[in-house]
Amino acid sequence: MTTIAATPSGPVSTEHSDQLRRQHRTRERVKGLGFHALVLAIVAVILYPAVWMLSSSFKPSSDIVGNVSLIPDAATFANFAKALDGIGGVSFWTFFTNSLILAVGSVVGITLSCSVSAYAFARIDFPGRNTFFALMIGTLLLPFHVVIIPQYIVFSRLNLVDTFVPLLIGKFLAAEAFFVFLMVQFMRNLPRELDEAARIDGAGHVRIFTSIMLPLMKPALVTSSIFAFIWSWNDFFGPLLYLKDPDLATMPLALRLYVDQTTTSDYGAQMAMAVLALVPVLLFFLVFQRYLVEGVATQGLKG
Amino acid sequence: MTLTAEVTTPPATPAPPPGTARKRRQAAETRAGYAFLAPWLLGFFLLTAGPMLASLYLAFTNYNLFAPPEFTGLENFRLLFKDPSYLKAWQVTGTYVLFGTPIKLIAALAVAMLLNNRRRGKGFYRSSFYMPSLVGASVSIAIVWKAMFIDNGIVDQIGQFFGAPAGGWVGDPNRTMPMLILLTVWQFGAPMVIFLAGLKQIPNELYEAASVDGAGPVRKFRNITLPMLSPVIFFNLLLETIHAFQIFASAFIISNGTGGPARSTLFYTLYLYQRGFQDFRMGYAAAMAWVLVVVIGLITVLFFRSSKFWVHYSGEGK
Repeated sequence: MTTIAATPSGPVSTEHSDQLRRQHRTRERVKGLGFHALVLAIVAVILYPAVWMLSSSFKPSSDIVGNVSLIPDAATFANFAKALDGIGGVSFWTFFTNSLILAVGSVVGITLSCSVSAYAFARIDFPGRNTFFALMIGTLLLPFHVVIIPQYIVFSRLNLVDTFVPLLIGKFLAAEAFFVFLMVQFMRNLPRELDEAARIDGAGHVRIFTSIMLPLMKPALVTSSIFAFIWSWNDFFGPLLYLKDPDLATMPLALRLYVDQTTTSDYGAQMAMAVLALVPVLLFFLVFQRYLVEGVATQGLKG
Repeated sequence: MTLTAEVTTPPATPAPPPGTARKRRQAAETRAGYAFLAPWLLGFFLLTAGPMLASLYLAFTNYNLFAPPEFTGLENFRLLFKDPSYLKAWQVTGTYVLFGTPIKLIAALAVAMLLNNRRRGKGFYRSSFYMPSLVGASVSIAIVWKAMFIDNGIVDQIGQFFGAPAGGWVGDPNRTMPMLILLTVWQFGAPMVIFLAGLKQIPNELYEAASVDGAGPVRKFRNITLPMLSPVIFFNLLLETIHAFQIFASAFIISNGTGGPARSTLFYTLYLYQRGFQDFRMGYAAAMAWVLVVVIGLITVLFFRSSKFWVHYSGEGK
């Protein structure tokens, strides 16, 4: 590719260039204002539904649909009180705990299984590795529908419907290729000299993995953990398939039951429940937004 | 680009030891490799490859979970293409993919280009735009969407102000699709973040050189930005397309699991769920799943084939 260096402009008198610079600076400032006004307008539109949800959860049910305002006329906590009562005799905290168990379980499983598998792909040279790597990439693109039916049949034969096992086993067996891929990409960027030096000192793969790779991989592990938590927390299809017992329902399932059971006019309680279901996700987002955004950014680029 | 199957690893030892020692070493390496890969291998064979083969077999049977599967040959596939609901599911899903994905990616690229400068506040903007991608597929947001687009809801009122018919979007079979496309476009933040990272890697000298040559913004966009960004566009397009085929929770919540009104939200995944897990016609659902795999596979192959003509890898040139 041809790269042409920018040609410097000819000599200009200092006085003239001062004036030019001042003009340029004002123009830049006006452009900057225009830029921020435009972007803030887009931000307002994008964030509106989320803020509206939050504000609606404090409005009386009759005052939600069609009310554009983001500030409740008379803030009420009644919606939250109702949501915390639970559904059909099952407490809100049961749903919350179920979601939490699954999300934490996913984080643990994915961190353990994907990092170990990623190490094999990134750092060990063995026959078959490239084939398996290609297969792993293939599963990244595979629609899950094609495995869900036989999986359901097997889990129901093993009496594991209405347990958390079907929802967690894949996490402990590195079946979520996205995370393996993310960690492989990260590990490939770590300097090989480190493990070669450790090797010369007589360290085996287990030592290299636990005392060199894992500590260096912390950013990738944090990113994966956050995504694992949020995806598990938001997952609807898996729990819908496997958790029929209301005592095992997760937050999204409970939310669905809620919409089903309350009369359509009780939007207040629905909004409160919707907010409560998103609170952990939004907290994670606020605390770890940089990790999340960086994680997404690197995922799409050459590692 | 990332989707290559090769792993390049220089040999682990700087100076290769002589014959037998090296062989022993390679055997130990192999053992370690398979030991570390064990969780993934187990997962791959038990949860992916095995079930894939099983559903391929089930696709040729009549199976309801209670009686043993009964081999019926191509019957399921014959029925599928005579099933008006199935054809409708393709139409619904196809429309969604065909319109939702390009609009979302154009929005993502436009906002990424807008943000690609040295001005302050970029971190805040980037995070704000990214937020919907995290929550957009959740049940909570589906409920919010429904409340906004329902009869007399906010969007309905705004629409009426501009002369749209009353009655809300949720109950109107002609407007449920635009409603769901808006929901996916709202989540443009994830591809935008990827575009932004790609834009940052385009060397500024290219634009400067083009300016010297007298190129305007349109030519710079066509001759520099698009080709330099094409690997990232390819990545986003492929992933977002495949993703779009699998929409479920939003359609399920908004239609209460029915795919209505008038089957206008009967997405492929929703119909598969209804057939497989509500009617327990698992052979039929397995056939549906395999048709989807073949279609997505073909689309992927098509993307990779076509990439030769429009994706430029700048790595070699520099």
